[in-house]
Parts: sequence; C-alpha cells; structure tokens
Amino acid sequence: MVGLATAFGSGAMTNSIDDIADDAQAFFVIGTNTTENHPVIGMRIRQAVRQRGAKLIVADPRKIDLTNFAVLHLRHKPGTDIALVNGLMHIILANGWEDKEFIKNRTEGFDDFKAVVDEYTPERVSEITGVPLEELQQAAEILAQNKPTAVLWAMGITQHTTGVGNVMSLANLQMMLGNMGVPGGGTNPLRGQNNVQGACDLGGLPNVYPGYQKVTSPEIRSDYARAWGLSDEQLSLEVGLTATEMMPLALEGKLKAIYILGEDPLMSEPDTNHIRQAMETCDLVVLQEIFPSETAPYADVLLSGASFAEKDGTFTNTERRVQLVHKAVESPGIARPDWWIVSELAKKILKEGKRQIGEAAYSGWDYQNAAEILEEIAALTPIYAGVSMQRLENGETLQWPVKDQDHPGTPILHVGQFARGLGQFTPVEHIPPVEMPDENYPMILSTGRVLYHWHGGQMTRRSKGLLEIYPEALIEVSEDDAERMGLNGSRRVRVSSRRGTIEAQAMVTDRVPPGMVYANFHFPEASANELTIAALDPVAKIPEYKVCAVKVEAV
Amino acid sequence: MGKVNFTIDGKEIQAEKGVTILQAARQENIYIPILCDHPALPPEGACRICLVEIEGQRALHPACTYPISEGMAVSTNTPRIRAARKFNLELLISDHPLDCMTCEAAGNCLLQDLAYEYDVTEDRYEGTKHHYSVNDPNPFIQVDRNKCILCRRCVRACREVNGVEAISVFYRGFSAYIGFGADSSMDNSPCEFCGSCVAVCPTGALWPKLSLGEGRPWQVDRIQTTCPYCGVGCQLILEVKDNKIIKVDSAWDGPSNHGWTCVKGRFGYDFVHHPDRLDKPRVRKYLLDGKKKPAAEKRKPEIEGDPWQWVEVDWETALGITADKMLQIRDDHGSESMGFLTSAKCLNEENYLMNKLARQVIGTNSLDHCARL
Repeated sequence: MVGLATAFGSGAMTNSIDDIADDAQAFFVIGTNTTENHPVIGMRIRQAVRQRGAKLIVADPRKIDLTNFAVLHLRHKPGTDIALVNGLMHIILANGWEDKEFIKNRTEGFDDFKAVVDEYTPERVSEITGVPLEELQQAAEILAQNKPTAVLWAMGITQHTTGVGNVMSLANLQMMLGNMGVPGGGTNPLRGQNNVQGACDLGGLPNVYPGYQKVTSPEIRSDYARAWGLSDEQLSLEVGLTATEMMPLALEGKLKAIYILGEDPLMSEPDTNHIRQAMETCDLVVLQEIFPSETAPYADVLLSGASFAEKDGTFTNTERRVQLVHKAVESPGIARPDWWIVSELAKKILKEGKRQIGEAAYSGWDYQNAAEILEEIAALTPIYAGVSMQRLENGETLQWPVKDQDHPGTPILHVGQFARGLGQFTPVEHIPPVEMPDENYPMILSTGRVLYHWHGGQMTRRSKGLLEIYPEALIEVSEDDAERMGLNGSRRVRVSSRRGTIEAQAMVTDRVPPGMVYANFHFPEASANELTIAALDPVAKIPEYKVCAVKVEAV
Repeated sequence: MGKVNFTIDGKEIQAEKGVTILQAARQENIYIPILCDHPALPPEGACRICLVEIEGQRALHPACTYPISEGMAVSTNTPRIRAARKFNLELLISDHPLDCMTCEAAGNCLLQDLAYEYDVTEDRYEGTKHHYSVNDPNPFIQVDRNKCILCRRCVRACREVNGVEAISVFYRGFSAYIGFGADSSMDNSPCEFCGSCVAVCPTGALWPKLSLGEGRPWQVDRIQTTCPYCGVGCQLILEVKDNKIIKVDSAWDGPSNHGWTCVKGRFGYDFVHHPDRLDKPRVRKYLLDGKKKPAAEKRKPEIEGDPWQWVEVDWETALGITADKMLQIRDDHGSESMGFLTSAKCLNEENYLMNKLARQVIGTNSLDHCARL
C-alpha cells in the first residue's frame, strides 16, 4: 500500500475484477496463488485464458495451479522479485517497447529510474533470479505485445523486507507499459481478508485517520478534534505502533495493555514464541472474539462478539466496493455485534475517565444501528462521502472514492490523471532477504494459505467439510529433497528455524523447487509462524513471511 | 452486428443477428421451457425440451441453439410442440425416481415444475431403470445419478466457469452418466468443490451434504450478504430455517462473483453454529476478586478457584471491569502504553469505531490490524 501510494498517491487495487477479467489481453500474476487464496478471481483468470485466449504469465517460485494455464512460468528464486521486474523492464527499454507517450505525459522521475534499470542486464538478472535468459526475453515480449496487461499480486510480493520496493517495481512496470487508468490493466493487489480493505480505509492503521488522512497533519487533526469534541492537543500527531511493533514493546514492558478485536496474533503474527511471551507480559489483554481462539489463553477478558451472519453493516472488498452485510440469524446466548460492544465500552470509559470530551457533531456513542455509524463515516471520510445504507439498499454498487451523494463511485483509479498528479517512477534495487540459508539452516521456508482453510483457521477448522478434506497441516517438500532425506511419502518431517520447531506430515510434490519448503499457518499444532522471522520491511513494517532459513529432517 | 426482424407466436420482434431463438424470446419475456440451459452457461442443446416450430420447416428445432434469421416465423406453444415436449419429459421421468415427497430438490426442481406443467403424472414406459448407488465419499456434495437428467449443466460449469474439467459424461446412450476425473469419486478428481455444479443442477442430482434433511425451499428465509472469507467480496444467499443457516445459494447479481463461489463460501458457513462459539463474556477470576494478575507460570485455569480461571459474566460486569482496567493503565502509564488491534474480519462500521475508541476515547494512534499478515 505504501508502495502504490508513493507511485500514484493512492494505495489500493486500481481496477475492478470485471474489467480485468473481461479486458486484460495478458495477466502478469506474481506472488499470488490466486486459485487458492482468491478462488473466484482465479476462476475468472482461467476463464479469460480459456474462453478468450488471454495470455497468462505466472512468476512464482512455486508451481501453483495457475501455472497449468500459463504460457510462461517464471520460477524465480524467493526474494528476487525486484531483480526480476527490473530485468523485464531492462529488456523492454532496450527494445524501445515502452509507452513513450504515457511516460512523457503522465509520469515523472523516469531518468533516475532508468539509470538503475540499465544496471539490470538480462545476464545479471538471470544470475540473481535463476530464470533462464530466453524466458526473461519471452516474458518481456508478451508484456510489450499484449495491451493492456493486468498485474496482480498478493502477499507473495508484500511479505518481504523489500515489500514496498517490490510493489514500487510493479508500479514502475505498469507506468512504463502505459497500462494505468485503462480497463484490463492496472496494479492490482488482492486483499486477503473479507474486510481488510475496509479496515485500512476506516482508520485501522497507526498513521492515518479514516480515508487515509495522515495523523501527522495538523489540519486533519483539527478536523477530527472538532468532529469528536476534543481540543487539538488531545489527539496525537505522532504515528502510532504497528501490530508488528507492539509485540516487542510489550515484551520490554512498555506496552501495558492490548485490546484485540477479531484477530488471532498467536496464529497470524511471526515468531509465535515471541508473541506468547509478549502477551504474557501485558498487564491487560482484552480479546473480542467469536471463538476461544489460540490467543484466548493469554486474555484477561473475553468479549463474545457476533459473526458475519448475525449483524448488519458493510464490508469493502478488494476492488474498493462497499457491500452490504445482512443479519441472517441471532447470535448465540448474549453475544453482541462488535459495534455494540465497542460503543458500550467507550461510553463507560468516557463516563468514568478524566478525559474531557465536549459536545460536537460526532462526539457521542449512542448508535442504534450500523447505518448511523456509516453516516458518521461518510461525514468524516472523503472517499466514503457519498456512501449510505440507503444507496446500497437501493442496489447501487459503490467503489470508492464516492465523492458525494450523486457520485457514482470509481471503478478504475487514475484515469487521465494519477491521484498525486504525475505518476512517480522510483528506482528500486534488489536486496536479498534478511535470513538466507546457511550451513545450519540450509533450506528456504515460504508460508501461506491453502484453498480449504483461511488465515489462523479459527473458522475453517470449525467447518465440518473443510476440516474433513484438509484435516492437518501439510508441508510441501520437493521430490529431490524428499529423496535426499529418505522420505517415503508417508513420513513426518520436523522443520526448525532459529525461532522454533514444528512437526507435520510432508506432502512430496513438484510444487516447490528443491531447497524450498512451504508451510501454512492454519493449524496451531504445526503453525508456520512458529518458524517465521519477525524481520520487517522498514517502511510498511510487514514481516518477511515468504523467506526464512530452516532445517528439515525426517522424523 | 445488424438487426434481424422475425416473429415469435405472431409477435414482431427485432433482435441482434447471431442470437438464438431462446435468447431473443427471453429478451421479450416470452417463455420457452428448457432444462439444459442456464443463463450463466453457454448453450448445450441436450434436453430437447425447448423445441419450437419454424414456419416452412418439417422438423421441430431446439430454440437454445437455433439462430434467428430475417423473416423467420417461430411458434413456441402449438399442440404438436406440447406433445413433443411431453414425450421427452415422459422419457426422462421413465428413468427418474418418483420420490418428490422426500427429494431435497422438491420445490426447487425444474423437472418437477415441467412435469407439473405438462401433466406427466406417471411412468408410462416400462423398462430398465438405473439404480446407481449414492455414495460419493467427498465431504461436500451428494451425487445421486438416479436423479441426473444429463443436461450437462454441471459439466459446463466445471469446464467453462471454474476451468478445471473435473466433471464429464462417460459412455453414451442409456449407459451415459456423469463422472469425475478419470471416472472416479469427486475427491479423487481435480474438483475444487467450488459448488458451481450444485448451483446450476436443475434437479436433486447434486446437493450439498450439509443441507440434507435441513429444510425445504419454501420453509427458508433467503438473506443476501457478503462472504466472510477472502477479499473478493462474493455475494451469497444464506438460506435460514429456525435460526440456522442450512444452505448457501448463488446470488447471480453479485458484482464481483456473478453467482459463483469457492468451497469456503459455499460450504464453509457452519462455523457460525459451532458449539465452541462464545455465547457470554468471560473474565478471569482474579479480576472479579479484585486481586493481582497471577504470574504466567502460576496460571492454572483448569483448577477450580484458580485466579486465572474463566468466569462467565453479564455485559455490565465484563465491560465495567474492562473500562476500569483500561482507565487505570492509562492513568498510570499514559495512553501510549495501550495498543489496539482492529479486525479485517469485522464491519466497516466496527473498524471505524475501533479507530474512534483508540483515538478519541483513549488518545493513541497505536491501532493496527492484520493487513500485513
């Protein structure tokens, strides 16, 4: 998100699922195992390939299912995305295939950027990435000849210490090809959770108020202070802590309390041991959840929330589309919608605490329903200004920015002009992952999800059919490595990193290349995050889930 | 593309060149019955129910595959057509179980509707009937080949929509049946259990196992909502009976998914009713007793009376204790000693309120969620 915001002034999927699926002449799919993690988009890509002959390039160290539909599979080494994309751009420039008009009229910073790309000769890139020269050439040709090309990625691009650089490279590529602001093109990060887009949009980040308005801006702060009945000084101009920064501070005793809504840090954060200790050290852990999750043993208070099927409101999907959630059933017992719980708690704190809150348009917490909260959101969030429950219930389908009640929403971003004016080319250099294999930990571990489970697995492990078809963690091991270790297909493996050890069943497969294993974080008894490293991208603070060094042994 | 002028049942119609009679009829809201066609799938021409008469032509033609042409005069409901359709329905019924009273699909079955419309009351043709066993071992989809009418909707959904080709028709004529992979079970095929085949099956041949015996179409409330799993934002219709979700149906107007789903969206809803659900707030006993938090190594929550034991409480107690503790920590250590994790699974409205709680009520920007994880 930071990467796209730097390049374009706005960090979200630029295009819509429909226009990508219907209009892209080619797809460059890098770091997204789409058919397992965003299956319906994966379906749409397969349809595009099958029904209208769209060309698919997959760049992924793993032989994911989509490679069966690809004209080209670039199997680059984990953590070499920047080198790969720079190499493709080098070939495009060397052949004069770039969109010179677009670069001239719509972008800036091209010369500095080009100076860096010039250094990434095909020979050097092939050396770094392990991709053969002729495949680099073929890929560059396909990208140059098929306009528009849609670039799609997910956590395979962002979960690296170079995550922001990876994203900027892809933004560079799409600007160079002139694929921005057109149906079937764009930079399209696929969001992994039902409302991760909405959580980002509505201020669930330490650096921005709702609508990506910076907390460091005194003007924005004044706006919120006025709306919420505060004096300016009562709101901080300092950027807060990210989740990945909170845990180390808790361990140092500096963060005393943590309030967690619908998250399971024990499963989803890197280096689980470290998270356990951090949680144990806190004076107060409040967990608002629908299940006693893996984090629950560390909580002091457990507040019983409502599931998606038990409340009305909205989610925002990966293509920035605000959609309705409707209550279908009653919650069990006295479980309550999360908005009710948070409101009641806020009222108690305000009543009993010393912080002075004045009368203002949105200072109060007396909400009768989600629609009232959405009205407040619209008033304080320019990109949601025209969103209302009434419009959505009338069947309007709104993609932000929705500037006012009459604005139809924005299916494609950056048409004619980027949010920041001119698109910014940024030179990006290849930097290897923080923890590379060595003598003691000779293999690379990469992590992610599988089709039948989702994130920490709290929901899918409690779903009968999903658990039956995928009942335990499987660790993908290449045939070469399996043979070397003496695995006969039904053996268990022990995977260890500097941070922890897990044991699980091996899945011997050609999906992973020799020297690499792949594990998921769906099962607490063998969660990949016992092993992962809490090394962060310096800007986005995202952990390097896709590369760490491990040792793998037969049990 | 040019326009073509022609008539259906005497009504003058103009439609795009290249469309079929069925497509043109649908645009004009003219009803032509059909089993094998589905608006979201390419036409197949398998069921012979949509037969129509075209003036000047001896044979009846299927409306679903026959293209319109200039000056063509189409009839959709003559005695000859009705007789032909009835004959074809009788053939289908002659090899179909007449168990509508217990069939899951009753009330939501095209074959049942057409048998009613064409007054097909009994099995008129004596002869061999299929007796397939209903035992595909996969966890999601019941496969009852006895109820299959070989319309091939599932074949097309799997091939054209999901793109995996797990389903095909094996053998021909009376021996033909729907099979999976290399004529194996569903879980031994490339099937990803997206459920597209179930969504388009016109009879009870393919049915969600989770929904068996749970309720009739006319007994349920249908509520459209957004899927709780990945970020695609598929629209789903939850079928609810007696406060229980019993089935997920396709929302064909969903702007991002157009009715299709993945296995989690279609079959992964039962967590909502799992016995592990938290139905009351809980606090640790030490909080109720006003004691100090026990050190990590001394926590024995399974022992009765332990300070780390969970105690179920009402909302007033739970929220009162939480507010007191939060205020105490803020008074002692400042607002920067508190962190908030909001949720990528919760509503927009709830995320906004978490932002307001952290910033307005507590006074910290240390608020994040698992976008990076």
